[in-house]
Amino acid sequence: MTTLHETTTNTSAAPPAVPLLELVGVTKTFGAMTANDNIALSIMPGEIHAILGENGAGKSTLMKMIYGVLAPDAGRIRWNGEDVTIRDPAHARRLGIGMVFQHFSLFETLTVAENISLSIDEKPATLAPRIAAIGERFGLPLDPAALVHSLSVGQRQRAEIIRCLLQAPRLIIMDEPTSVLPPSGVAPLFETIRELAAGGCAVLFISHKLEEIRSLCHRATIMRAGKIVGSVDPTAETSESLARLMIGRNVPHPTRRTARPGKDAVLELRDLDHTPNDPFGTRLEKIGLEVRPGEILGIAGVSGNGQREMAALLSGEALLPRAERDRIRIAGVGCGDADAGQRRRMGFAFVPEERNGRGAVPEMSLTLNALLTGHGAGLVRRGFVAQRHARHFAESCISAMNVRCAGPQSEARSLSGGNLQKFIIGREIRLAPKVLVASQPTWGVDVGAAAAIRQELITLRDKGVGILIISEELEELFEVADRLQVLFRGRLSPSLDRAEADTARIGDYMTGGFLSAPSIATAA
Amino acid sequence: MRAPWTVEPRTERTPITGPIAPLAAVSATVFAGLVLFTLLGVPAGSAFYQLLIAPLSTPFNAGEVLLKATPLLLIAQGLAIGFRAKIWNIGAEGQLILGAIGGSLLPIWFNDSTSPLLLPAMVVMGTCFGMAWAAIAAVLRSRFNANEILVTLMLNSIALQLLYYLVAGPLRDPFGFNFPQSALFPDVALLPTLFPGARVNIGLFVAVAASVMAWAFVERSMTGYRLQVGGVAPEAARYAGFSEKRAVWLSLLIGGAAAGLAGVFEVAGPLGQLQRVVSPGYGFAAIIVAFLGGLNPVGILFAALFMAVIYVGGDIAQASAGVPYAVISILQGVLLVSYIAARLFVDYRVRWRSAPKLSTR
Repeated sequence: MTTLHETTTNTSAAPPAVPLLELVGVTKTFGAMTANDNIALSIMPGEIHAILGENGAGKSTLMKMIYGVLAPDAGRIRWNGEDVTIRDPAHARRLGIGMVFQHFSLFETLTVAENISLSIDEKPATLAPRIAAIGERFGLPLDPAALVHSLSVGQRQRAEIIRCLLQAPRLIIMDEPTSVLPPSGVAPLFETIRELAAGGCAVLFISHKLEEIRSLCHRATIMRAGKIVGSVDPTAETSESLARLMIGRNVPHPTRRTARPGKDAVLELRDLDHTPNDPFGTRLEKIGLEVRPGEILGIAGVSGNGQREMAALLSGEALLPRAERDRIRIAGVGCGDADAGQRRRMGFAFVPEERNGRGAVPEMSLTLNALLTGHGAGLVRRGFVAQRHARHFAESCISAMNVRCAGPQSEARSLSGGNLQKFIIGREIRLAPKVLVASQPTWGVDVGAAAAIRQELITLRDKGVGILIISEELEELFEVADRLQVLFRGRLSPSLDRAEADTARIGDYMTGGFLSAPSIATAA
Repeated sequence: MRAPWTVEPRTERTPITGPIAPLAAVSATVFAGLVLFTLLGVPAGSAFYQLLIAPLSTPFNAGEVLLKATPLLLIAQGLAIGFRAKIWNIGAEGQLILGAIGGSLLPIWFNDSTSPLLLPAMVVMGTCFGMAWAAIAAVLRSRFNANEILVTLMLNSIALQLLYYLVAGPLRDPFGFNFPQSALFPDVALLPTLFPGARVNIGLFVAVAASVMAWAFVERSMTGYRLQVGGVAPEAARYAGFSEKRAVWLSLLIGGAAAGLAGVFEVAGPLGQLQRVVSPGYGFAAIIVAFLGGLNPVGILFAALFMAVIYVGGDIAQASAGVPYAVISILQGVLLVSYIAARLFVDYRVRWRSAPKLSTR
C-alpha cells in the first residue's frame, strides 16, 4: 500500500497542465437508447483512472469511442489538448491509445502471434520471442504458437493484455484485466501498471472488483445508466460506498447457514483420466471429487488448467467410452457415456461459462431459450411446443431472478451479460435439479447481479441440491463454497473445508503445491 | 487498401424488413429480364408481357405455372427445413430423379394394372427412393464426417447416369422403337388433373398441404426447434443435448422425401412415363426458391410461384420470340445473386467513413 500513497503524492505534487485525454459533452445513442449522455472526463499523464459502473452503464461504449471503434454522435475528444477525431482503432494506436478488451477481439483460427501481428506491423516469427518475454515479465505465460480457438477465456485475455503492452502505448484502456489472473498474478500486474503510470503512461482501468480499484487507482469516475454520477478519490471511499454510488442502492451480501450435506453423493468423479480431442486442450489426470446433496463444492484455479475440459465431461458435451462410464456418477448411476440430454433427465443441470451461443441462443426469444433445457418440464405436448407454458416458464425465470428485460419475447442477445446469466441460472434452478454445475457463474457480471446469483445458489443448496461451482474468483468461492478443491494442470487438489482454506493455502495449491506435498485426506 | 465505407450490423429490426430482400431481388430479376430480352431484340413492352403477363393470361398458362410451382414448392419446403439447421442438401435434383425412378417401377412392371392402390404405392416407393438417395449422404456425413454439400452434389450426377442406364436398358419400353423411355403408364397410375384442358394436377394440393405441415413443423414442433437451434447455435445444441447426427439424418431424409415425392409427381403427372429428362432443374431452382422465401414456409409459397412464372415466361418467350432457353437459367442466377446482395443491405448498414458530426458545445 505504500507504493500507492507515494504514487498518489507524486501526481498530486506536480500536476501537468494539459490533460492527456479530455472528453467534453460526448454523447452516443443507439436507436432510442442513449448509451452515453454528455460525458465529461479528463485523464492526466501517469494517472490510473478507474471507470466504475454496472453492466450496461455505458462503460464499454465510452471506451470504444476513445479507442475509435465507435464515433460519438456529439461532443469533443481532445488528445494532448488538441481536438481529434479518432477514425478507427489503428488511428487510436498511432496516437498511443491501447486497449485490452473485455470481449475478445481475436481471430480464432489464427495463432496468438499471428493475431498480434495483425495490429503490430511485424512478422509473427519475430513477435513470438517478444510475446514470450513480455509474458514472462508480467507473469502472463502464453504459447505464441497456440491457436486462439484452443485457448481458454483466461488465456485469450492474456493474449489481449500482451498485445496491448507490446505497443508501448501512452494510454492503456483495461477492461477487467484481473478477472483471469490468479491471486498471485494480480500483484505483479498492479506493479506493472504502477510502473507504467510512473513512466507517464495513463491507465483507464475498468473493474468491478472494488478492492482493486481502491488499492490501485488515483481517481474513480462512476457511471450509471449512461451518465456520470460521480468522480471520487477511491482511496477515501469504502468498497461499500463505491458500490452504493455505482448501483444506486446498498449491495446485498449473501447470507448463509452452515451446510447440512446429505450422505450419498449426487455427483462423483473417480480417477478420471481424459485426453481431450483438442490438441491444445488440457489433459485431465486422476480427477476425483464428490458432491453431496446440500453442499457447495468450489473448484478454484486459473483458467486453462482443465476447467473447460472438466465442465464438458460433467455436462455430457464430451463423452467417455462406455467402459469408463462409471467414472462419472450422477446419484450413484454411472453416466460417463450419456449425452447432455440423458444426464439432464437424471436430474443434472448445468450453467456454462459462455452465455451467448451456448447457454442461450442469441437470436431467439427468452421463451424459446427457456425451451432449450426446460423442454422436459411439461413445455412440449405431443411433440409440439406448448407456447403458453413455455412463455409462463420464461416469465417465472424472469421474475424469480429479477431479470431486466422487455419480457419473454425479447431476444437473448438484447440482454446484458449479467441479466442473461441470471435468466440462465433461473432456468436451470427452475428445473429442480438434484445436482447443479455452474462454470464461472458471475464472470463479467456486475456486483448487484453477482450477489443475487450467489444468494440463489446458496438458497438452492439449502433445499438439498448438490452444487459444483468452477470459478476463477476466489472471493466468490470463499463467499459461497462449503469445500474447495483446486485444479492445476489437469490435476485436482485434495478437498479443503472452508475453515481451513485461506488465500495463502489456496494460492499454494493454485501453483501446484499439492502435487509434491503428501496428500491430505479428503474431508469426509 | 481501406475502403471508404464500413459495414456494420443493423441493430433494430422492424416487421417489414422480412419481405424487403425478396421483393428487391424479384424487382432486380424482372429488370434484368427486360434488359436481357431487349438486348436479344425483343421490344421492352413485349418482353415484359411475355415474361410476367403471358404466364398468367390464359387458364392454360396459369395451369402451367401451378404445374411447375408444385415440384418447386414441395422440394423447397423440404430443403428449407434442412437449411435452417445448416445442413446443406443440394442434391434435390438427384433425389427427385431417384423418386421418379422409384415411382416408375410399379407402373412399368404392372403396366396393365387397374388397381386404385397403384398410385399410392408409387408415391410410397418414390418417396422411399428419394430418402434412400439422401441417406447415402447422411451416412457418410454422420459416420465419416464427409461434407454433405459435396456428397449430395456428386450424387446428382450419379443419379442422372443411373436414369440414363435404366431408360436405355432395363426399363425401356420393349415396343418403343428403341427410344430411351419407358412404356406409358396405365391410367390408374396418373394423377387426376384439376380442370379439363390443363395439366396441373392434384399434386398441387399435396404441395400446399406439405407447406402447412412444414409450417407446423418449423414454427411449432419441438423437433423443428431442435433443428433450428443446431443451425443457429451448434454449441447451444450440444449444451442442451440435441444430437447433431439426428439433425443430419432428419434434415437429409425430409429433403430427400420431398424431392422423391416431387419426382413421382412428374412421372405420374405431365410426363406419364419415365424419360431421360424428368426435371428441368427443379432440384436446383428449389434451392433458390427456399432462400428467396427466407427459409420460411409462407415465403416459400410465393417464391415458388414467382420461380414458376419465370419458367413459363421463359418457355413462352422461347416459343414466340425465339429467345434462347438459357434465359431461364440466367434469370434464376440473377434472382439468387440479387437476393444474396439484398440480404446484405437488409442485415447490415453501409456507412461512409467521414468525420463524425461534432457539436461545438
